Amino acid sequence: MTASIGAANATAGSGDSAREGGVTSSGGRFMRRLVNFSAAAALVYLFVPIFLIVAFSFNKPKSKFNFVWQGFTFDNWRHPGKYPELVDAIGLSLKVALFATIIATILGALMAIALVRYRFRGGMLVGLLLIVPLTTPEIVMGASLYTLFLDGKFSPFLPFHATFGFSTILVAHVMFCVSFVALTIKARIRGFDWTLEDAASDLGSPPGRTFFRITLPLIMPGILAAALLSFALSLDDFLITLFVTGDANTFPIQVFQASRTEVRPQVQVISTAIMLVSVLLLAGPSIKKLFRRPSSRRATAVG
Amino acid sequence: MAERGDDGKKRARFAPYLLLSPGSLWLILFFVVPLWTLARMALSSKPSRFADPTFDWHWSNISDAFNRFGPQFYRSFEFAFFATLFALAIGYPLAYVIATRGGRFKNLLLGLVVVPFFTTYLIRTFAWKTILADDGPFVSFVRWAHLIDLVRAVPLLGHWLLPSPDRILATPAAVIGGLTYNLLPFMVLPIYVAIEKIDLSLVDAAKDLYNNGWQAFRKVIFPLSIPGVFAGSLLTFIPAAGDYVNAYYLGLNNRSTQVIGSVVQNQYLNQNDYPLAAAISFIFMVIVTIAVLIYARSFGTEDLV
Repeated sequence: MTASIGAANATAGSGDSAREGGVTSSGGRFMRRLVNFSAAAALVYLFVPIFLIVAFSFNKPKSKFNFVWQGFTFDNWRHPGKYPELVDAIGLSLKVALFATIIATILGALMAIALVRYRFRGGMLVGLLLIVPLTTPEIVMGASLYTLFLDGKFSPFLPFHATFGFSTILVAHVMFCVSFVALTIKARIRGFDWTLEDAASDLGSPPGRTFFRITLPLIMPGILAAALLSFALSLDDFLITLFVTGDANTFPIQVFQASRTEVRPQVQVISTAIMLVSVLLLAGPSIKKLFRRPSSRRATAVG
Repeated sequence: MAERGDDGKKRARFAPYLLLSPGSLWLILFFVVPLWTLARMALSSKPSRFADPTFDWHWSNISDAFNRFGPQFYRSFEFAFFATLFALAIGYPLAYVIATRGGRFKNLLLGLVVVPFFTTYLIRTFAWKTILADDGPFVSFVRWAHLIDLVRAVPLLGHWLLPSPDRILATPAAVIGGLTYNLLPFMVLPIYVAIEKIDLSLVDAAKDLYNNGWQAFRKVIFPLSIPGVFAGSLLTFIPAAGDYVNAYYLGLNNRSTQVIGSVVQNQYLNQNDYPLAAAISFIFMVIVTIAVLIYARSFGTEDLV
């Protein structure tokens, strides 16, 4: 597929220059180069602050603020847990992200399956319920959840009197992850062949076993992608979390609260580590794919 | 046998609702209901800092919000508008090149677009603060090359973007730059998807027809990529309008850079003036929704909303 695109482009390009030559062709080539250059510049731009973060994780700052380059050291990487409040914060962040991902992925996957698989009344309404959180500014979601949790009088539907902390953060994170999960999975299982389920049940498989043995493995890549997305969203969320966090500090909240008095290089160490792990998780499957033969690509195209 | 068939039908009728109910319930309880409580709070009164708010159709919160924070409302949308524009200018060529010329490296290049955003949002913004620092090498270079003066020479916008001739930090330009950077992938990815979907034989046909790459782009590729531009602009504009991290760290939250997000955060969490803060957030949401609907209408795409 990609090879044929390249070939098509190449022939089209050579056709142009052969037919026209002169001004337009060199003008076209100039435009092409300009566009390529601006794309390359954009990629560099994307990585400038990232290089800085990685570099500053090796910095030896003299003050409490790791903002000015002072000298190279491995110390920060050797003692990533030097500041217990940062360790606690990243621990809470990971715990929230894990639980939020599990809950949001299950809820979102069920919604996606229902939306793709069945025709029913109210589908539009559910679609709207999923889209609107994505088009609502985070600050509004944070403020409204804060109001909900604030006071029993304002939240007659809330079954418990909330104390700000792990549970309120979890509730908020699941809320904003569900839409992303449901829509990601929905987009990826649109081409799924549901007659496979009928075939299984014709062969005598009970519905539960059909789901776990046939459906789930086939839609798994989509579910995993959505789970990864929701984990990343939860781990990085700041705007909504600040409203529902109380005295508990996730990693971004801890960094924000402390940023008036200190920014330790361990902050950059943890951030770099999170990025490295994410890259490995992302690149894992595609590295495997590089070594796979092209003929097997079609089989995985569904997921 | 017949019984089993009935069973199956019944299951098919109820199955979607069964599958949908847990997720929908979560969204209703923790998204829809909170908006309702927010609206109630916006119309409540709270006579003192430590008093409990009471709901009494206190409409003056709304006019208070406009009267006291009009400039911040306006500024937030201004910043978001320019951030969206710049993200489009930077993101479109990138998405275009990856989609049409990426070849074997498409996935790798897409990965490169996403990877920077796995570092923590706040810390990326810190990094920009370091880059734009007043005594840093970047600002020294920019001053040496008179680039700040160049931007300031732009009519209407120049002095607004960079009020001071020798600094970038604490200016609207810094905030807009930070927003553009932090939201760039939300612009690139939808445009990439839209261009990727275009049937390449159409492009070849256009190249034959117009005998000119630029015309082919203008008449075929660009119109077909508009749904991506539309989605990308929304995904950039909406978070940009509500963000206050960039205004806080890069704009230093001063008179020319404070945005509505930091007002809401401050009124809620520091001043504890819940009704006013709720009124501001509610107005903000209404304005965003109206803007999105107008935008959707004028673009004529029904893919979203």
